[in-house]
Amino acid sequence: MSESATDPREFRGYRRADGRVGVRNYVAVVPVSVTASAIAKAVAAEAGTGVRALPHQMPLSPNGAARTQIETVLEGVGANPNVAGALYVALGTEDIAAEELADAVAATGKPVETLAIREAGGTEGAVERGVDLAESLRETASEARRETADTSELVVAMECGGSDATSGLVANPVVGDACDRIVEAGGTGVISETPEFIGAEHILAERCVDDAVREKLLARVDRRERMADLMGVDFRGAQPSPGNQAGGLTTIEEKSLGAIAKGGTTPLRDVITYGNRLPVGGGFVVMDSPGYDVESVSGKVAGGAQVVVFTTGRGSTTGNPIAPVIKVTGNPKTYERMHENMDVDASRVLEGESVRSVGGTLFDRIHDVADGTLTAAERHGMAEFAINDLPANEVATLGDPT
Amino acid sequence: MKGETIDDAAIRMAPEDNVVTALEDLPAGRTFDVDGETVTLAEPVEFGHKFALVSLEPGDTVRKYGEAVGTATEPVAAGEWVHTHNVVSRRGQPGDRGGDSDGAEGEA
Repeated sequence: MSESATDPREFRGYRRADGRVGVRNYVAVVPVSVTASAIAKAVAAEAGTGVRALPHQMPLSPNGAARTQIETVLEGVGANPNVAGALYVALGTEDIAAEELADAVAATGKPVETLAIREAGGTEGAVERGVDLAESLRETASEARRETADTSELVVAMECGGSDATSGLVANPVVGDACDRIVEAGGTGVISETPEFIGAEHILAERCVDDAVREKLLARVDRRERMADLMGVDFRGAQPSPGNQAGGLTTIEEKSLGAIAKGGTTPLRDVITYGNRLPVGGGFVVMDSPGYDVESVSGKVAGGAQVVVFTTGRGSTTGNPIAPVIKVTGNPKTYERMHENMDVDASRVLEGESVRSVGGTLFDRIHDVADGTLTAAERHGMAEFAINDLPANEVATLGDPT
Repeated sequence: MKGETIDDAAIRMAPEDNVVTALEDLPAGRTFDVDGETVTLAEPVEFGHKFALVSLEPGDTVRKYGEAVGTATEPVAAGEWVHTHNVVSRRGQPGDRGGDSDGAEGEA
């Protein structure tokens, strides 16, 4: 495939003060810990249109490495260019300070507020005050206007979940083709789910631009493989998952070889730590993440991905609170059975259409969605969010990955 | 598609692969002409599942995508279903790590 075989395509997005371009214009209501998650959900539900909650399960006092990772993700989602303004909600006794998160996000040039449930007089007072703050942030957000942007400003996250044999045969190669096109047009394509590189890491390693990136990649894969030892888990029981196995995937190597096809064929330019900032105009990069799809997507969105492309063979309905998720399936039965949850039918490849052709369809769909077209997950209000935890024993044995 | 379809009902992802993937639910007795040989399915093979093109001995490498995807754990005849009952991963087992991440696992 020649360099620049794909020209950038224009779309209209929200250019933020830090230069990044959003494809949605949300107010994000972000709880600092699990104790504020219910309040965040209540605030978003009552404030309504354009206000999105990001509830999660993280505790009041996480260990040091876990705390760093949680802070990175909480700051990252507020800073994501799909977010016009953010409200951080805390109980008020968390180790993580809502004000510090708010200051860091405010430094990107967007309005940010904080709310402490204890200071607001409890649940009812907090919801009332939170709705006022969210409505005020939405008023500011409503002044934003879409303006011309192009592919080179997109950071597109590639993900798979509920994989079966068609994921590796069809859907992931289609996504890989679209990833190549995004990169050729000057944008960023990112894959993650590091456990799903096991058995295929030699192929990604050959694509690394230099030894430093290669060493980082292999160290991250090795760490994920060592977690099997640490947990006394035999990957043969959990990877591929029972669902994957029912779909015909036999070993982690087979799953991985199919999974990395999502990353296309261009050079691997960098390996980013979970939830950290992804480069704009950065080519093809990897984020180190767990295999759990909701945590993996959340990490890439915290890194600034504006659009997610998600392949599923057996059928997944998942979305994200602040980023559109485009569903691609290579399984014709799944496309038929779960039509309302699917965006792109990659099973056309099984009927003879080329991967290149369906990849082009997906590339166009990514830009239509960036332009404002809703995805199936958005139409159905699917909005999962979860932060990867770092158990203390894992950090003690394998080191601090942050 | 990258691979080569066989009678529109199975796909071989690389020429050196010794297993292929069913593209529909295949009944026992179905025959495929592959490389001048006739492979007859010994049992039904579901959509997305694999069958062997050649006979495999315990310890033989199972290849898909032109890469090693596992090791046979028992004798497998051409035309038999290939899955977790007769193939095991070479990676990710406690105390039995592949570890060697420099490509040795791939062999191809």
